Amino acid sequence: MTAEAMKLDGNAIGGILIDLFGTDLTAALGVCASCGARGEVATLDVYVHAAGIVGRCRSCEGVMLKIVRSETRTWLDLSGTRTIEIAAEP
Amino acid sequence: MAGAALLGRLTWLAAEVVDVVQETPRVRTLVLEADGWTGHRAGQHVDVRLTAEDGYQAERSYSIASAPGQRFAITVEELEEGEVSPYLVGEVRDGDRFEIRGPIGGYFVWDGAGNSPVLLVAGGSGVVPLMSMIRQRAAIGSRTPTRLLYSSRSWDDVIYRTELDEPADGLEIFHTLTRSQPPGWSGYARRVDEEMIGEVAWPAADEPLVFICGSTRFVDTAADGLVAMGYPPVSIRTERFGATG
Repeated sequence: MTAEAMKLDGNAIGGILIDLFGTDLTAALGVCASCGARGEVATLDVYVHAAGIVGRCRSCEGVMLKIVRSETRTWLDLSGTRTIEIAAEP
Repeated sequence: MAGAALLGRLTWLAAEVVDVVQETPRVRTLVLEADGWTGHRAGQHVDVRLTAEDGYQAERSYSIASAPGQRFAITVEELEEGEVSPYLVGEVRDGDRFEIRGPIGGYFVWDGAGNSPVLLVAGGSGVVPLMSMIRQRAAIGSRTPTRLLYSSRSWDDVIYRTELDEPADGLEIFHTLTRSQPPGWSGYARRVDEEMIGEVAWPAADEPLVFICGSTRFVDTAADGLVAMGYPPVSIRTERFGATG
């Protein structure tokens, strides 16, 4: 299967992100550190079939998020994300 | 308990299957009861976790099919060589239990009302979160003009077929059957393409809201067709599902 056919989106990691951050981030607005594009976390191109999870900017394909999980810990790399804007609870 | 509430963390809940509905030969709806379930918004999903006797765990996401306030249900399509879906579709019985986490999602949600027309585009079991929206729209008596373009392999693969045969006021349904069609079929009979999107979608000038759910290729084709019609990309909300189940 091609990498393109295995592409998911940020909706698919909503549960993991709630687990890590304590709030639903799928509607949060992330800014790509590479190109400056701004979009909901749900719109990231997400690949979950490698050893870890990779989330790429839909505009420039820059890696914005990496998550590697084991039984004892979770490793999170957000160096490709400049900011994340989370709306206050209504 | 206070710590859990403070962090707002989602904990895994024990869910019990209280009813099973065979929707198509490969698709079942599981009605669930889970202590601690807080309700959901139309379009959201849950993560399901199965634990084997040896401790091995497998997690998958499934969309919620019910509208908020209805009996809580997920609909699952069996994927060949899947780890979780063959169990949920083929094996689960009333009274069986597994763990769920949710509800999840704040982007691919629609609360059923609003002034802008709404276009829903579903490929196969991508109809599940859109059905939650359709049911929510009906439950609140919404008049929001809504169209569903729904691609299935065959008439027997159409999930929720009976319910969709009698749409609520202001809801129009367009089927396409990509592999086989019953005798006398007058609907579309091919994969969704730009021409079909152009015929079904509201004009971009109406400023519609769009929700597309299906495989990656399906979602990209439908979204590209709408962008070609002049839809702003930000008006198009998408959810892709994968080939592992």
